[in-house]
Amino acid sequence: MHKLLQDCPGEKIMLLGNEAIARGAVEAGVAFATTYPGTPSSEISLNLFQMSRETDLYFEYSTNEKVALEVAAAAANSGLRTFCMMKHVGLNVAADPLMTLAYVGVTAGMVILSADDPAMFSSQNEQDNRYYAKFGGLPMLEPSSVAEAKEMIKAAFDLSESLKQPVLLRTTTRINHSSAFVDFGEMAPRKTRGRFVRDPQRCVTVPAVSRGLHVKLLERLKNAAQMSETSLFNMVQGKGPLGIIANGVSFHYAEDAVRDLGLTDRASILRMGFSNPMPEKRIKAFLAGCEKVLVVEEGEPFMEEAVKAFAQEEGITIPIKGKSDDLFSRLFEYDPAMVREKMAAFFHVSYTPKTAVDTADVPEIPMRPPNLCSGCSHRATFYEIKQAAKDMDVICPTDIGCYTLGFLPPLHMGDFVICMGSSVSTACGFGKATDQKVVSFVGDSTFFHSGITGLVNAVFNNHNFTLVILENDTTAMTGHQPHPGVDMELLGLSGHGRVNIEQLVKALGVEHVSIVKPFKVKKSIDTIKEALAFKGVSVIISQEPCALYAKSLKLKTPRPFVVSGKCKDHRDCITAIACPSFYLDENNRVAIDADTCVGCAVCAQICPENAIRPLKE
Amino acid sequence: METTRLIIVAVGGQGNLLASKVLGDAALLAGVPVRMSEIHGMAQRGGVVESAIVFGEAESAIISDGEADILLGFEPAETLRAIKRCSKETRVITNTAPVPPFTVAVGMGTYPDVEQMKQLIKAKTAGLVAIDAMALAKEAGSPMSVNIVLVGALIQTGALGFDRKMVEQAIKNRVKPAFQEVNLKAFDLGFTAAANA
Repeated sequence: MHKLLQDCPGEKIMLLGNEAIARGAVEAGVAFATTYPGTPSSEISLNLFQMSRETDLYFEYSTNEKVALEVAAAAANSGLRTFCMMKHVGLNVAADPLMTLAYVGVTAGMVILSADDPAMFSSQNEQDNRYYAKFGGLPMLEPSSVAEAKEMIKAAFDLSESLKQPVLLRTTTRINHSSAFVDFGEMAPRKTRGRFVRDPQRCVTVPAVSRGLHVKLLERLKNAAQMSETSLFNMVQGKGPLGIIANGVSFHYAEDAVRDLGLTDRASILRMGFSNPMPEKRIKAFLAGCEKVLVVEEGEPFMEEAVKAFAQEEGITIPIKGKSDDLFSRLFEYDPAMVREKMAAFFHVSYTPKTAVDTADVPEIPMRPPNLCSGCSHRATFYEIKQAAKDMDVICPTDIGCYTLGFLPPLHMGDFVICMGSSVSTACGFGKATDQKVVSFVGDSTFFHSGITGLVNAVFNNHNFTLVILENDTTAMTGHQPHPGVDMELLGLSGHGRVNIEQLVKALGVEHVSIVKPFKVKKSIDTIKEALAFKGVSVIISQEPCALYAKSLKLKTPRPFVVSGKCKDHRDCITAIACPSFYLDENNRVAIDADTCVGCAVCAQICPENAIRPLKE
Repeated sequence: METTRLIIVAVGGQGNLLASKVLGDAALLAGVPVRMSEIHGMAQRGGVVESAIVFGEAESAIISDGEADILLGFEPAETLRAIKRCSKETRVITNTAPVPPFTVAVGMGTYPDVEQMKQLIKAKTAGLVAIDAMALAKEAGSPMSVNIVLVGALIQTGALGFDRKMVEQAIKNRVKPAFQEVNLKAFDLGFTAAANA
């Protein structure tokens, strides 16, 4: 049985934040869940996916976040408790349905989780999605700890049902990827079959209907504001004239700082867990009891600006500060020492920080950047493109996935990336705006997510570039989730369709479509050269399963290679493809780590001496 | 209750997440509150993996620069790279067996001398326990047990105040039966090596 399905209320278990959230959803009786995977949210959906295989919970990996939210919107309007989760930038993709679903509302509890990523551990930006709550007029809850995240999602379902509106649950990486002991709770029964009741005056958003819906949305927001006033998630801790307003993980940093600075008897903290709409009366009452107020929030001054506006209305003129040059930054994440130091400065408390050791005399330590794995097919494809295009002035728009790492030396394949699917559409623009050759890269999952529309545009507007679709049969970066091109039988799942990328691309009207098997180096280079010479839109589909995925499913038997005595130390293998299985032995000679080599044989094909050979048993 | 802050640094694949979970379970058995945070995702494609474990009364789950009470390093250069997390009061336990980053093979940097690294760490902190955890892991029966060798060394130092029996119980809870013997041996070898270090 899946560990999160255990029916043992009261028992303690160590859970990752994302596991706690998945468990909370199950305890809330969630019946329908959709997602597109994205770090730091991915383990929530992974656990729901696993649990759906053992229960009647419906779960799907949708094509993208917009699709996921729309699929979920229908379920939540058919009376099922529904959960839709994504990373913060995914909510941009889903913003179109979000804004009008806020008008329409739901008939059963619906929670939309946005996993924000301050400091960008694995994201292209660190946008603060609290603004989506304000923008859309949706209630938002924000947990401060792993255990609270589990309880909060349950409350979010109840809140959604009482307001008949989706509720946003916002986490940050330090909630998603922290672990703590959590108490198992009771599991509510799941209602898995619903019924849609026609209600065109609510559900068909023509202008005449939507005008009325916006009025109703504002009424619901008023109700939400009342609930926010009394919500236990907005609580005051401690008593004293030194005021602190904090949310999310910053609350605990502030709590620790108050104790460490000896301010327990002088400071009070207002923790904002129900952060949209904000509890105006509570905040005003809190301000009235304070001499000065420090706002501790990562990201944008979302609470700070609102608090200042409330103070203005009340004629309260105490200092209220958060983001400023000498206090907190809008950049990156906070940490306990930073919060302690800023708090000490703001409240004029003496504080001597622990001094980190002096690193001036520490020798330079070679970097250990993330790298494409041993035997990664992307490396082979990048090398081959580079060879085929070596006399050309090339621009390489790329996309979001493991293959983004191709921009690193020595491959240098990747010149422009802004969001999912942008490789294809920016290739259109670069092709028209310049005389350079454009070769863009997109993974198979990302192509399904949002590359297809760009390719339709390219065919229609007669653009000129080569698109390389890296078909590795999985969504690798986020942990091997399936996508519409995946053979689900390999995962032991029947009843799924499968979209063939080659047929799809041809059906879109792309005239020049070729397939390469990237581990056949010379043949691939020849095929790529032909595609690059084509005037117009050409597509190369590079087919080879992700090495890690193939290993986990035992699709291939690794057959490691070895550097033989014929090696003349040209080091083309290392300098051209930089596979991490290579190392320099004690004699400073190139060698291959047999434990990590999967036997792709790409290095063997580029060695000028044919010195790289299969390891004989 | 005192707060103890532990940072574990490792290279992707060395099993620091399992080590963290074992220590978390041991904390539960010892009745000590614990919170941990990890870095996942892109950072794990062959890069450095870091866990922060906070035992005791503090509510925060991350550890600021200079504030680690203990640094447990699974790879000597990574231990030194993480030295900014330490103050002069920090106790350091490190594996001495290098896992050179790929950048060294392509000529983008030189791997520092292990002895020199040990001297630097020793001079800057409250004490260093340095053991060849890879050799001990192999002796225990599997190079994969480096993580548990180092957990053994950590527990021997007494820095966490955990009884070794609790940690051995936590290992039994976390590790599949087929690997328990190897891991318990690894724990013992690490424990003994730290006592003699």
